[in-house]
Amino acid sequence: MPDVAEVYDVIIVGGGPAGLTAAIYSARAGRRTLLLERGVFGGQIATTDVVENFPGFPEGVTGPDLSEKMRAQATKYGTTIALSDVTAVDLAASPKVVRTSEVEYLGRTVILAGGADYRKLGAPGEKELVGRGVSYCATCDAPFFRNQRVAVVGGGDSALTEALFLTKFASHVFVIHRRDQLRAEKILQERAFAQPKIQFVWNSMVEQVLGEGEGEVKALRLRDLKTGKESDLQVSGVFVSIGQDPNTVFLRGLLPTDEAGHIAVNEHMETTIPGVYACGDIRAHSARQAITAAGDGATAAICAEHYLSQFD
Amino acid sequence: MAELTTVTDKDFEEVVVKAKGPVLVDFWAPWCPPCRMLSPIVDELAGEYSGKIAVAKLNTDENPETSKKYGVRSIPTLLLFKGGKPVNTMVGFRPKADLKKQLDSALP
Repeated sequence: MPDVAEVYDVIIVGGGPAGLTAAIYSARAGRRTLLLERGVFGGQIATTDVVENFPGFPEGVTGPDLSEKMRAQATKYGTTIALSDVTAVDLAASPKVVRTSEVEYLGRTVILAGGADYRKLGAPGEKELVGRGVSYCATCDAPFFRNQRVAVVGGGDSALTEALFLTKFASHVFVIHRRDQLRAEKILQERAFAQPKIQFVWNSMVEQVLGEGEGEVKALRLRDLKTGKESDLQVSGVFVSIGQDPNTVFLRGLLPTDEAGHIAVNEHMETTIPGVYACGDIRAHSARQAITAAGDGATAAICAEHYLSQFD
Repeated sequence: MAELTTVTDKDFEEVVVKAKGPVLVDFWAPWCPPCRMLSPIVDELAGEYSGKIAVAKLNTDENPETSKKYGVRSIPTLLLFKGGKPVNTMVGFRPKADLKKQLDSALP
């Protein structure tokens, strides 16, 4: 029989903007709050160079800075932090169970805020050359490509942001997009079009990442989607920026999700299980911004608070 | 070798390649947040594997040659050297339990 003192009021899985905001609210509501994070606080914004669209920062704020401030704020109000990966949960149990590879935690409510991971190309050579020219993070790896030719695959905000960042280091930046129109914010498109180091390769897909034999990326085999023709593009690095997949593998079957795996919630961030909430990029129909994730986190925590106060 | 040491392009051959036992090399740079998060974990591992696996840190900004030689184009990267060659590559931040599993599997 677990010690009652060991049961948390709120267990938050994930320490990005959604989880950290939920933690701030739960802790300030006086609830015993545990937050689990397996990597770097801030999630996807931890590796974002500058965040210009998070309100309150007209001069912009660096991703690591914003992440650190959020983390400090969460701990300031008494959130307990555990640096672990959640491997399994039992949401039907009472109290609910959250397992890591080492420990089992019990919580009266669970807020799922595990975010999303970089989507992979799924092309031959990609897996083999990760860290050797294949990257999912320009701010992390750009310095290794000084004066070299690199490619960015994608056509959204992240892809253009990565491409623009890479121009500080690379000699040429090729943006490879499967269509002939970009999805990115107009302001980013304008900057990219005006940047002489950036060249667009339209209507194209990456068939293969070449260089496995040499232990490093040498070129990309591209296919023109309109003509079907293949060609090789010499680059030393490829930055994949084609979207994200929600981190819900350990939740499949436990909660309804959309086709991509995002958890279904109502406008209160409630899932189909009472006392279980999902917020941020992990939930369906998220706008996938740091600010909407933070908003979701607050909503989830406030709902969890209403739920818990029934039993007070 | 001491359980935790700093290594450079100049002494890499001597300290890591010619080492008798396994050496875990942490490739890092000051501007890299995940590297900063990994650093204390690497320090702990140095203590826990003392006598079994030596640990060395290499600043990639100051030492570009070694990164190039071993194809390291992303940090943090941990390379486990045995008999002068990298036998295990771990790219990116990961929790301590993960790293221990990798290190344990490399020990006899």
